[in-house]
Amino acid sequence: MTRSHLALAVLAVVLLALPLALDRYLLSVMILILYFAFVGQAWNVMMGFCGQLSLGHALFVGLGAYTAAALYQHFGIIPWVGMVAAVAVCVAAASFMGWLAFRFGIGGTYFALLTIAFAEFTRIGFDHFGWVGGSGGFFLKVIQQDRVDLVNLRGNPVLFYYFALALAALAFLLSAWLLRGRLGFYFRAIRDNEEGARAAGVDVFRYKMYAVQISAGMTALAGVFFAFYYNNLFPEQIFHISRSIEIILAPIIGGIGTLFGPVLGAAVLTVLSEGINQALSMAGHEIPGVKQILYGIALGAAIMFMPNGIWPVIARRLGFARRGDGDA
Amino acid sequence: MLEVAGVSKSFRGLRAVSGATLAVERGEIVALIGPNGAGKTTLFNLIAGTLAPDDGSIRFLGSEIGGWRADRVCAAGIGRTFQIVKPFADMSVLENAMVGGFRGTRDRRVARARAEYALQALDMWAQRDRLASALTLPDRKRLEVARALATEPRLLLLDEVMAGLRPTETDHMVAAFRRLNAEHGVTILLIEHVMRAVMALAQRVYVLHHGEIISAGTPQQVTSDPKVLESYLGTGALQ
Repeated sequence: MTRSHLALAVLAVVLLALPLALDRYLLSVMILILYFAFVGQAWNVMMGFCGQLSLGHALFVGLGAYTAAALYQHFGIIPWVGMVAAVAVCVAAASFMGWLAFRFGIGGTYFALLTIAFAEFTRIGFDHFGWVGGSGGFFLKVIQQDRVDLVNLRGNPVLFYYFALALAALAFLLSAWLLRGRLGFYFRAIRDNEEGARAAGVDVFRYKMYAVQISAGMTALAGVFFAFYYNNLFPEQIFHISRSIEIILAPIIGGIGTLFGPVLGAAVLTVLSEGINQALSMAGHEIPGVKQILYGIALGAAIMFMPNGIWPVIARRLGFARRGDGDA
Repeated sequence: MLEVAGVSKSFRGLRAVSGATLAVERGEIVALIGPNGAGKTTLFNLIAGTLAPDDGSIRFLGSEIGGWRADRVCAAGIGRTFQIVKPFADMSVLENAMVGGFRGTRDRRVARARAEYALQALDMWAQRDRLASALTLPDRKRLEVARALATEPRLLLLDEVMAGLRPTETDHMVAAFRRLNAEHGVTILLIEHVMRAVMALAQRVYVLHHGEIISAGTPQQVTSDPKVLESYLGTGALQ
């Protein structure tokens, strides 16, 4: 394991030093990668580890974002406290949704539909929620970007780069810790065979709830990041199903259920998307839809040739042998 | 240890188990036999909490467990295997057993030690790093037993774990269960069609037919019971 520990240490140093070397555009690309690595990791806890497919994760991004933003804007509550509130709101929403689904035995595709429904009616609800601006949007006070105010999370992109880096790193460590312990084992047992899990002593309802709550709580922080980075929130955008799909692409392409999958997938997809943008604008072709078509072809190819994601293929090439007790 | 009294279960009017009564004492190995469709697996599911009985009582170590959820029954000390195996396909053999090993503890080392003991007992330790999905069916059956054993049950319910095994493998498994019973005090109730294993293992046998217990006694007694011969074994089975 020392070799991969060393690789991780080198990666950490590079990531910490990166803002020194990057211009504003590349820094914003890095922030996007870290953001998607983080939400991908959060979604992966639910789907990759526990087998519960959420197609409505934008719900938790949105709720987290609006909670922290509203507390900050209306009451001047600093985002670090807002984060706690955002996590609480999202865990509560997830608990309600999970309770409804798992108590009444809604699983598989029906559970996925339920997650979409929750995200959609919350979106429509926020469209008419005047206290946070309704469909007209909700805006945070913006100050000069060169001043860094860590307490209020106001400042330049470098601040947000390190914020996103911290989130992504913590999510990675949390996931690694989950996989090693009883929670991870029980999640994966539920994913692979619920009845078998029950017979082996797993309280399936309770552990599915834990998976949904952990995933939602993590995603809430992505929402807080989103709110303070972009400073404007629109229900049409943040809760939209296309946002939910966007979140799950990285772990799918990178490798569902793996630790590195969401990170790798986020890097590949963001670079791909930005690369296509750059290439198209350099070629001078601004044909609407071309970007989406190229992006779709690339995704299709990735899924065709690497149905389990990119990371498993790379892991095999690098010779990371399975140790067989959760340390894979 | 386990007392099943007058337990019934119907599915849409069909009585799968009808007033079944049986008892297993601490330290025993008891077999439950009967023709296909006799209700053996249904009775197991009632004991293990996969199904709730319509009627009757199921007591284990003094507690009424009829209608408990399967994970609670497991926590109370009953481990079970499924006739149609239910492995955790994308987890390794060791990880499969460790899921059982985590019963009542968060300590990964405890879970691993229990899993190791269970896999050693079933001669599967050498295969610990293989994915469950890569195992042959007999090995999946053994893994099923190992996972149940890793929960450290007082009573082990085995549902046709020897079906499809070669005679030498059957003898291996019989020896493993004898050892578990003698050295670790695991009480065993098994459903089995392989009479070779039943005769070698069981101290007592219950015969289930059309959901009712029609005979009970030592293997010698039940195999010479005319009712059993007529309904189930046929004259050739004893050779």
